[in-house]
Amino acid sequence: MYNLNLVLPEIFVSLSIMFLLILGVFKKNSSQLTFNLSLLTFLIATIFTINETFSVERITLFNESVVIDHMASLMKIITLIGGFLVLVISSSYLKTLKIFKIEYPILILSSVLGMMIMISSNDLMVFYMGLELQSLALYVLATFNRDQLKSSEAGLKYFVLSALSSGLLLYGCSLIYGFSGSTNFDVIANQLDSNEYALTFGIVFILVGLAFKISAVPFHMWAPDVYEGSPTTVTLFFTMVPKIAALTVFIRFLYIPFLNLLDQWQMIIVFLSIASMIFGAIAAIGQTNIKRLIAYSSIGHIGYTLAGLATGSNDGIQSSIIYISIYVIMNLALFSCLLMLKRKDQYYESLDDLSGLSKNHPLLSLSLLIILFSLAGIPPLAGFFAKFYVFKAVIEQSMYFLAIVGLLSTVIAAFYYLRIIKIIYFDKEKEKYDTDHSMWLKFSLTISTVLILLYFIFPSQIIELVSRINII
Amino acid sequence: MNFPILSSLILLPIVGALFLFFTKGKDGDNLTAKYVALFTTIVNFLISIYLWISFDPSTSAFQFVEERIWIKDFINYKVGVDGISILFILLTTFITPLCIVSVNNTVKNRLRDFLIAILIMESFMIGVFCALDLVVFYLFFEAGLIPMFLIIGIWGGPKRVYSAFKFFLYTLLGSVLMLVAIISIYWISGTTDVMKLYELGIDAKYQNLLWLAFFSSFAVKTPMWPVHTWLPDAHVEAPTAGSVLLAAILLKMAGYGFIRFSLGLFPVASEVFTPLVYTLSVIAIIFTSLIALMQEDMKKLIAYSSVAHMGFVTLGIFTLQQQGIEGSIIQMLSHGLVSAALFLCVGVVYDRMHSRLIKSYGGIVTIIPKYSILFMLFTLAALGLPGTFGFIGEFLILMGAFKDNFLVAVIASFGVILGAAYMLWLYKRVVFGKLVNEDLKQMVDLNRSEYLILTCLAVPTLFFGFYPEPLFNTIEVSVSDLINMHNLNIAIK
Repeated sequence: MYNLNLVLPEIFVSLSIMFLLILGVFKKNSSQLTFNLSLLTFLIATIFTINETFSVERITLFNESVVIDHMASLMKIITLIGGFLVLVISSSYLKTLKIFKIEYPILILSSVLGMMIMISSNDLMVFYMGLELQSLALYVLATFNRDQLKSSEAGLKYFVLSALSSGLLLYGCSLIYGFSGSTNFDVIANQLDSNEYALTFGIVFILVGLAFKISAVPFHMWAPDVYEGSPTTVTLFFTMVPKIAALTVFIRFLYIPFLNLLDQWQMIIVFLSIASMIFGAIAAIGQTNIKRLIAYSSIGHIGYTLAGLATGSNDGIQSSIIYISIYVIMNLALFSCLLMLKRKDQYYESLDDLSGLSKNHPLLSLSLLIILFSLAGIPPLAGFFAKFYVFKAVIEQSMYFLAIVGLLSTVIAAFYYLRIIKIIYFDKEKEKYDTDHSMWLKFSLTISTVLILLYFIFPSQIIELVSRINII
Repeated sequence: MNFPILSSLILLPIVGALFLFFTKGKDGDNLTAKYVALFTTIVNFLISIYLWISFDPSTSAFQFVEERIWIKDFINYKVGVDGISILFILLTTFITPLCIVSVNNTVKNRLRDFLIAILIMESFMIGVFCALDLVVFYLFFEAGLIPMFLIIGIWGGPKRVYSAFKFFLYTLLGSVLMLVAIISIYWISGTTDVMKLYELGIDAKYQNLLWLAFFSSFAVKTPMWPVHTWLPDAHVEAPTAGSVLLAAILLKMAGYGFIRFSLGLFPVASEVFTPLVYTLSVIAIIFTSLIALMQEDMKKLIAYSSVAHMGFVTLGIFTLQQQGIEGSIIQMLSHGLVSAALFLCVGVVYDRMHSRLIKSYGGIVTIIPKYSILFMLFTLAALGLPGTFGFIGEFLILMGAFKDNFLVAVIASFGVILGAAYMLWLYKRVVFGKLVNEDLKQMVDLNRSEYLILTCLAVPTLFFGFYPEPLFNTIEVSVSDLINMHNLNIAIK
């Protein structure tokens, strides 16, 4: 008999989704109720995850197709909290755009469920199932503002390209199954014949699929359009939560079955990393829309995360996880600021709209200043430490080229972050924005900014959390 | 454990800044904000004076050392001072209050934010000079970019955006390689603690690359030729107080870094690269002096003269002689005082006439005599007249250089002559001669605060010019031990 307590969070979330769907169908005007219940679901699921799985060393379930370990529980907690925060700051935005519907929280919940399955997967089939569940929900979320042309376009684009990448991914899975005789990660690891070139092909196909999901260069084409077209809160969700899950799968897939083929896939990851860092930094320079700019900046940040992965060491994995966690916090802060650029029921998202913000909104500008310098990786802010850990791991493996290219691209990236700061602080002011923001928005902005600013006082805590993750 | 005096030096300005940030006065409350900032910095200055008095100059060991676990098993927050760093801290805490007094006329809007930026800047700069861990050093070194970027960008002149970006990106570009080097040192030696690294030493085969990585950062910050071009832009556009901080203290971070890290950690590489530093320094001295001669903008002229003076500093450091290094430290201190004073002098006339062009002045000696006298004093100090602070440093550096390399010393000596030429010519054109413009008659002489600031700077300039003994007492043992350690390391290799 399996210990079902370990998958209690997943079970609970799926039951809630079904319940909420029924509730939404039978009860009129239940948007607010569904919304609140979804928030509650997130909280309870988080508590379940902490209670049931946090102390588990490593247990596999269901014929070893699901694994619960430190990484899984930590990443699930981050995902759940991320989902919760996205949802909580969405409400006022959705209400303003008049798309506050019951489907929104349910879609977010189901995509989070898919991610949780991905995070725990120890089998190619389970992993694919989770991936598709979260993707399907995301396609719909991207088009959520369906009366707007751009939003529909974003959803369609995302769907077509994502389907293509899923196809590649499946092809890779079948190749690996064909040449190793199993879809289970542990079994593949044991039966690996490293002379089999077809296996390498399989790895490459799966990496392409995964690189697409995290929008690493050269599979990033969809990101700017989708980010720009989707409703802002959905964009926030895109930039934060799916990446956590995809990164976890990346780690598990590369380090459990294919660690012995390190020299085969290391080059690919290094390439993806370098290309993303440089491309993200350069392409962001010419952008005028903040969401597009964030899309390119997130491509760059994924590059740094991959740099940690490329090392093939535990330190590298840990640094990647720290990086993505800090990145999630910075993104949350940045989007909270973006959601505050509202004037008379209209949201502004062009860089020009930030012009001279510091005159009328000193506190908002100060938070933006902190967030942007942190994204640029300037000490003593959290973003610096994220990069610091990654490059520490990279240099440990004597990958100096990667480290130097990465750090030089931070200088290029600093340019466009500085440009935003310049617009906020040095340019002429514009009309005032509304200041009556929802309490949750203010709360999430304050908390995340303070975390970014004061991270340097207690840097050890997050390291201790992550240091329990031992994949290799 | 003793009272954490260094940490309180670092923290106090931040506390002041927080106080300013959270107590929001009315728009007319600028004066109160200024008093708060002034009070904070003066207390900080008094603490640092106390630090100097209780400092024991008879040993080269680090004193007032504080160590706290920061990132477990990796980095410790560690600060401490020795004879080399203590004077820079003193310089920082001395210059900052003067900057705050001087903001009266230059900063019109958002004074409170400006003061916050200056206070945070001060704490970072003190942090740089007492950090005893490479990562902590890097943190302070880089963090200083943020307030300086804002100071130039928000309160600067017409081309401020360009200058602020240039300043930021140049310095950042230089520093990232240093970060790679610091992490490499951690993996090579297992620690980033400077005191431990001094004992352990770093394997000679890595030293050259590491030295170059540190050099890339310090050379930009010094700034050495040919990466000096950000400095004139930054100086010209920055508000007076910003220029003063930049010239007086920020540039010294790199000189200090050369002594503490390049010489201390990589003795073998320092020996190898001495010709490179000599060449660049000599070019900087001669070339930028010639450029300074041609300048029409007063601030730009002084900025170029800063590059030339810093050329002397780097030259002196890499002579690896007692006189040379002591001279460099003294030169940095005197340049800190004198260049600050010169920028303030330019600020004084700029506030009145809103022009920095030399040609719009002339014959003002009878109109504003007090100003002319003080300006004269600092001009003479800048060109290194015996009896002023500027002379001692330059003289010792040249003495050290003659011991080490005759040719370099001879060429560098021409720099002294050129220095006299451009400074005196500047003075002549601005102060003497015919009155070029009737409007100049409207100028009023120094007001109380300007008089106070310039006098505060003039007193040490003259005092240490005649009696530099207290400074030498402080630095002597530390420098000689540094050189002994260096020679020992070379002998082993």
